[in-house]
Amino acid sequence: MNWEPLLLTFKLALFTTVILIVIGVPIAYWLSNTKSRIKPVLETLVSMPLVLPPTVLGFYFLMVFSPNNTFGNWLDEWLDVKLVFSFSGLVIASVIYSLPFMIHPIQSGLSGISRSITEASFVMGKSKWETLLKVQLPQIKPALLTGIVLSFAHTVGEFGVVLMIGGNIPGKTKVASIAIYDEVEALNYDAANFYSFVLFAITFCILLAVYLVNGNHFKHFWK
Amino acid sequence: MIKLDINKELQAATGTMTLRLNLNIESGQLITLYGPSGVGKTSTLRMISGLMQPDSGQICVEDETWFDAENKINWSPQKRKVGYVFQDYALFPHMTVLENLNFAKAKNQTNSSISDLIEIMELGQLQNRKPESLSGGQKQRVALARALVQKPKILLLDEPLAALDSAIRHKLQGFLKTVHQEFQLTTILISHDVGEIVKLADHVYQLEEGKILKQGTPETIFIEQNLSGKFKFTGEVLKIQQEEIIGIVTVRIHTDVVKVVVQHEEASKLAIGDQVLVVSKAFTPLLYKIEVSI
Repeated sequence: MNWEPLLLTFKLALFTTVILIVIGVPIAYWLSNTKSRIKPVLETLVSMPLVLPPTVLGFYFLMVFSPNNTFGNWLDEWLDVKLVFSFSGLVIASVIYSLPFMIHPIQSGLSGISRSITEASFVMGKSKWETLLKVQLPQIKPALLTGIVLSFAHTVGEFGVVLMIGGNIPGKTKVASIAIYDEVEALNYDAANFYSFVLFAITFCILLAVYLVNGNHFKHFWK
Repeated sequence: MIKLDINKELQAATGTMTLRLNLNIESGQLITLYGPSGVGKTSTLRMISGLMQPDSGQICVEDETWFDAENKINWSPQKRKVGYVFQDYALFPHMTVLENLNFAKAKNQTNSSISDLIEIMELGQLQNRKPESLSGGQKQRVALARALVQKPKILLLDEPLAALDSAIRHKLQGFLKTVHQEFQLTTILISHDVGEIVKLADHVYQLEEGKILKQGTPETIFIEQNLSGKFKFTGEVLKIQQEEIIGIVTVRIHTDVVKVVVQHEEASKLAIGDQVLVVSKAFTPLLYKIEVSI
């Protein structure tokens, strides 16, 4: 059996999730604190991937990143980066595609912390950064875990965006979901079943773990 | 010496209200802000701590100017370092009692002040517990200890005992008194409880609609008018009975119902539902202690 598409899928999901943590926490923090007028616009943009068909996103990525267009051309000539039909392009597209799954839980977690708790930390002389790191984030561990796992699982299940921007290049952009489609097209049902079953089993285990941890079913193990 | 001269437009339940305060507080005094909800008591504490910005005015604490609208000075809450006990205690739920206190430490502070506070506030047994497992009174002691860790210049207490029952409240008033005597901190306490104010405060400011209505020692504000041995209560007439020689009027005073004997012609002037003043001269009133079970 060829494990390459599966490994590529998890590599993509891992990269995407790590990048999403780094950019998701500051965006969620900003959204939960700001009174700015552009907040609704930004919230809408963050949520768009929830409702937009993945093919639409993929189509625009393809247009923007294509070396035939200004931005793609600039990337190609100045930075020597080709985002179309490449793994790095897939990562960028996946980050945007899974953005709401990371930001929504963290944002609602941060908004749920009582104002006096953050203010108590401020009057003790702690900076916003220290307050976020030591007071706010430790209190929203379940929300962080939910964000991480949903982003990871959502990236594993990606198809339309990947197909549009990544294509089907073995070892580079051929992830498991594409491989399944490919094998079915070629009537290799056994291979398709192998990929499908592995994806099914792994995503089931990941989600089950989240519900067990967030529902405190593991409490007696570490208390 | 704390000089407070602040103006701020506030959104109250009844519309906009201008909070206008001008107070000078002697160092080491414990003063109380007293008055109904929504007159700007909490907002005053928030402006002193830097969590809210006044529209104009000045806040000077000893030789430092924390806020000056004209000279565009506005220190951040981090720099002011006041001790603030919030109404909901605001303990960090993911930290133990000891971790809560340690978090409040300044960078170069040693542990000795914390062990002193744990002793004074009797927190030894609770050090390793999380806030969720503490009772209201215990949380309150932790919040007070935490506010004192950095040895602040001012201690701000926002109705710290309002949510507690009377027996525990009584005990904590004792703690507040001890703390105030021990550290000689300038303290501003918001309270609705007259007994508490008389017990703790050096000076009372009674607020109404964002302005100071009355100020003075607790005795002058709350007690003097009642020192003549005269009891005065307002009540509502519930029932009027004309008997052969006298009339009997039934009056409701708060939740109590009393019967008062009156002359016929006095009774005839009253109607059911009238507001009346019941006055009695008592030279040697009797007091009975009410036992409160804990």
